[in-house]
Amino acid sequence: MPARSVPAGRPYGRVVANVVVGVSVLYALLPLLWLLLASTVDAEALFASDFFGPSNFALVDNIRTLLAQDDGAYLTWYGNSLLYAVGGAAVGALVSTAAGYVFDKFEFAGKGALFALILISVMVPATVLALPLYLLASDLGLANTVWSVLIPVLFNPFGVYLARMFSASYVPDEVLEAARVDGANELRSFLSVGLRMLAPGYVTIFLFQLTAIWNNFFLPLVMLNDASLYPLSLGLYSWNSTAPINPDYYPLMVIGSLLALLPLVIAFLLLQRHWRSGLTAGSVK
Amino acid sequence: MSTSTVPGTSRTVHTPPSARASTPATRPRRPQRQAVGVLLGPFVLLLVAVFLVPVLYAVRLSFFSETHTGLGFGKARTAFVGLRNYAAVLSDPSFVSGVGVTLLYALVFLPLVLTGGLALALLFDSGLVRARQLSQTVLFVPHAVPGIIATVIWLYLYTPGLSPVLDVLGSADVTVNFLGLRMLIPSLVNIALWSGLGYTAVIFFAALRAIPRELVEAAEVDGAGPVRTALTIKVPMIRGTLSTVAIFTTIAALQLFTEPMLLSRATPLVGPRFTPNMYIFDAAFTRNNYGLASAASVLLLLVCCALSYVVTRGTARTGRRVPDSRKARP
Repeated sequence: MPARSVPAGRPYGRVVANVVVGVSVLYALLPLLWLLLASTVDAEALFASDFFGPSNFALVDNIRTLLAQDDGAYLTWYGNSLLYAVGGAAVGALVSTAAGYVFDKFEFAGKGALFALILISVMVPATVLALPLYLLASDLGLANTVWSVLIPVLFNPFGVYLARMFSASYVPDEVLEAARVDGANELRSFLSVGLRMLAPGYVTIFLFQLTAIWNNFFLPLVMLNDASLYPLSLGLYSWNSTAPINPDYYPLMVIGSLLALLPLVIAFLLLQRHWRSGLTAGSVK
Repeated sequence: MSTSTVPGTSRTVHTPPSARASTPATRPRRPQRQAVGVLLGPFVLLLVAVFLVPVLYAVRLSFFSETHTGLGFGKARTAFVGLRNYAAVLSDPSFVSGVGVTLLYALVFLPLVLTGGLALALLFDSGLVRARQLSQTVLFVPHAVPGIIATVIWLYLYTPGLSPVLDVLGSADVTVNFLGLRMLIPSLVNIALWSGLGYTAVIFFAALRAIPRELVEAAEVDGAGPVRTALTIKVPMIRGTLSTVAIFTTIAALQLFTEPMLLSRATPLVGPRFTPNMYIFDAAFTRNNYGLASAASVLLLLVCCALSYVVTRGTARTGRRVPDSRKARP
């Protein structure tokens, strides 16, 4: 976007603005840079904060140690996180998109009340629901299974709210009319016309949900006992509890954390256009 | 989830023109009902199974307590105890101090993240900043870092022997104990600020972009400087977004759990009931007192609902003054 007319002769303001933003950017970046550098050196250099010594480079060794620790637990956790996050976000975003589309395009009894309930549920913290969910799951014999973590994360009321707005702005009613005139029934026109036009909205909802599930900590902590079902967040937490007693775990935590956040940071950098539009839609409209 | 909406000004009353036009004759069309069922069904099922039922279950549990007959041998019996669990939670000093910690934390964090995010957004909007898009992206990146990893990073940066920050401070003869009594809350706030600052700035910036340009230009023509325009035109125009973000941030602060949970391994100052959420976790899984844990959960839920109600009313009221919502209530 072009910069708006800036009164000339305010070099002072310009300098202050750029310094403030520059300092904020460094604040955001430096801790991540530390994590990156700390991952590349051996334990001795890590404790000495000596990241640039020529003989300290140990990134490959660090990764090898990480993958070998506890019989390859890290890879198991990584796989679990991918399953929960990608699987959960793919299905959950589809469920939300379909629901949002219905709220935008159809009239039915109780619509207003149902949407009000959805808005309320957006506000309810997930941590408040975790305990009753655990008690229900344990009654049903589902606690400590993949399902106990996978099913609750499918529920994304904010996704429905976003999808309704995306549907209103991306899917013109005339196109659906045309599909109806051509004889397509409502389901067909959703699958072949509506869903295709809603693809950018789906990607946005998918991205937000992916992040939320990847970050999920309280629910798996409550639900899971079995370390082979842990997602990364919980696995790293269990290692971190050991670190103050056994310093060998510090380098493991550092490289493990770096590899665990890479997919999210890459996804955000690649899909910038989408999360920006999602934030804009959520905050302004 | 820390995303934000403006429910009061949302399109909750939106009716598609086509539906309106075709309503009188065709509303109960069968295929339409079927489509609504198929497309909305899965979501409604989830809403019931993982939201409504658990909430009602928690409310029910909060009125019951497990009692052991005799000397604690034999089967536990579940008995209705009315509001006794609530009384127990509210009169428990460790719960009350947890609420105090959370309030203190929120009181430090909220002004910092709101003014910081607003200041950055106004700077971005002023057109004075170079590489605006890139700066926003970099500022946003910490938000993509999982909370547990953000905490690990900062925890290590607070840990003597690991932290280059402490090394640098030490070489300047400054000793700081980031996990000591005086720095504990600021250290926690710093983790949240690091994660949330860029996110807040991007949201506020998006809201500022939606302000009609004529308004800003009119102010400039009238001779208002950039600071004056920002404070008298721009900030009041995005009041709705400001209060929504404030409420979501407060709700997030009420849930404080992951960060202190990790810090509890590193400092004796963080006990197992340091925040209300930790209190719930401790009650349920260390003390196995589900009634007590449920009562605390319901209390937290009520506070969140009350906050949401307040802000929904608030945005609805300010929303009427914003040109966007032309439909004043009859």
